[in-house]
Amino acid sequence: MIELKNVSFSYEKDRPVIRDLSFRIAEGESVGLIGANGAGKSTVMKLILGLCSGEGQVLIDGEQLSKANLYRLRGKLGFVLQNSDNQMFMPTVYEDMIFGPLNYGVTREETDRRVDAVLDRLGLQELKHRHNHRISGGEKRMAAIATILAMEPQAILMDEPSSALDPYNRRLVINVIRELPQTRLITSHDLDMILDTCSRVILLDGGRIAADGPAEEILRDRALLEAHRMELPLSLSR
Amino acid sequence: MNKMEKALYELTEMDDLAARSSPIHGLCPMAKLLSTIAYIAVVVSFHKYELSALVPMLLWPVLLFQLSGIPVRTCFYKLRIVLPLVMAVGLFNPFFDRAPMLALGGVAVSGGVVSMLTLMLKGVLCLMASFLLMATTPIDHLCAALRRLHVPGMLVTLLLLTYRYVGVMTEELAVMTEAYHLRAPGQKGIHVSAWGSFLGQLLLRSMDRAEELYNSMQLRGYHEHFHYADIKPCTPRDAVYTLCCIALFLLLRLVDAASLLGGLFVR
Repeated sequence: MIELKNVSFSYEKDRPVIRDLSFRIAEGESVGLIGANGAGKSTVMKLILGLCSGEGQVLIDGEQLSKANLYRLRGKLGFVLQNSDNQMFMPTVYEDMIFGPLNYGVTREETDRRVDAVLDRLGLQELKHRHNHRISGGEKRMAAIATILAMEPQAILMDEPSSALDPYNRRLVINVIRELPQTRLITSHDLDMILDTCSRVILLDGGRIAADGPAEEILRDRALLEAHRMELPLSLSR
Repeated sequence: MNKMEKALYELTEMDDLAARSSPIHGLCPMAKLLSTIAYIAVVVSFHKYELSALVPMLLWPVLLFQLSGIPVRTCFYKLRIVLPLVMAVGLFNPFFDRAPMLALGGVAVSGGVVSMLTLMLKGVLCLMASFLLMATTPIDHLCAALRRLHVPGMLVTLLLLTYRYVGVMTEELAVMTEAYHLRAPGQKGIHVSAWGSFLGQLLLRSMDRAEELYNSMQLRGYHEHFHYADIKPCTPRDAVYTLCCIALFLLLRLVDAASLLGGLFVR
């Protein structure tokens, strides 16, 4: 579904952030992208979404991402931003949810059906006509996920989905992520959440892959994690 | 509650007002928008010396306040910052136009004073009408109505995003102010030496946010076309309301109701 082939990228000349990165995420797979600050996690997301481009190839569904097919291929991807306020830019939750589908030519009727289906599934019907600036942080995060689900993307990318959430809302978000049928790529420092939601983990360090394998295996490897400025998930360190 | 939080609270109060239920709230946004535009146009069209003819134009906002159940004091409280600016318009007229125009109880009133009062009243009436529109119509419906009137999409999008993000930026400002005061106890306000960096920081934060927001829009297929809420179509009741309003405004514009009323008592 998502493939990176020898991708390199730098914001400044001679200071590469991503170095010759290659990996493949199969359809339906749930992958956690972890690493210390500055490891290049967010940049990898941006490269996959076509928000920046470097050397090498980014393939979505076997098709190389380019300016010509950017609009179409982005329709297959959904991105949940770390800051939900930046994602929820319309006045109400409903309007935010219809924004994506309508832009992709889905009819109003079908869009409304999708909106109701997603809100029912997430138990958020009562948020439908609420103003985005009047809902809580947890509700906003759930609504942000709902806006992406309404687009019915094939793959969902999430940047720190559990950040700034209280334990209850964090658990809610984790449960929702676990039940998503789509391909998922999640970046987070919350390794317990990664352990709960991902079957595979890619550990980045200095723009390179330091480890790639089953989540259980990598997240239990104290020596590996500590060598890359990380710690065992709390649930495994007791 | 600090000043910023208070400002934020006041902002969200407008949504509560717009979400109320009343005969005015129930009208289609287009009808309210058209009648408000017509009202402002008629108010502005009065000549600077037509103070008495302008006074009956108060009738419409007073009726709307009654029908919508929105307290007049809320309007004046919310407009307390803008009102003095409006009142300042024409403040110098009495100095330039000193020719006596009428006499009140033996005191000569110059044309400058009359024009100043007219300008002030025009400003207050226009503000009241705009407030009533905002207080009875949710912003998304208002934007949808503006687009139907073919107001350029860019302007409407700007209005929509400004309304959405003014609160978010106020929150950022509140956080920055709080951080400042925690390290500058006993200081009133923000010292002038910190103003530059304060505004710079706010600008940088706004730019970061704007970039993320634009990315978020692009990732959901945005290509210079915004989709707005579906507003309910205008019914015959809405059409009757709009026509009645416009007829009333024209009547009040063409017939000097104040002079007619006054003529009943004074020869």
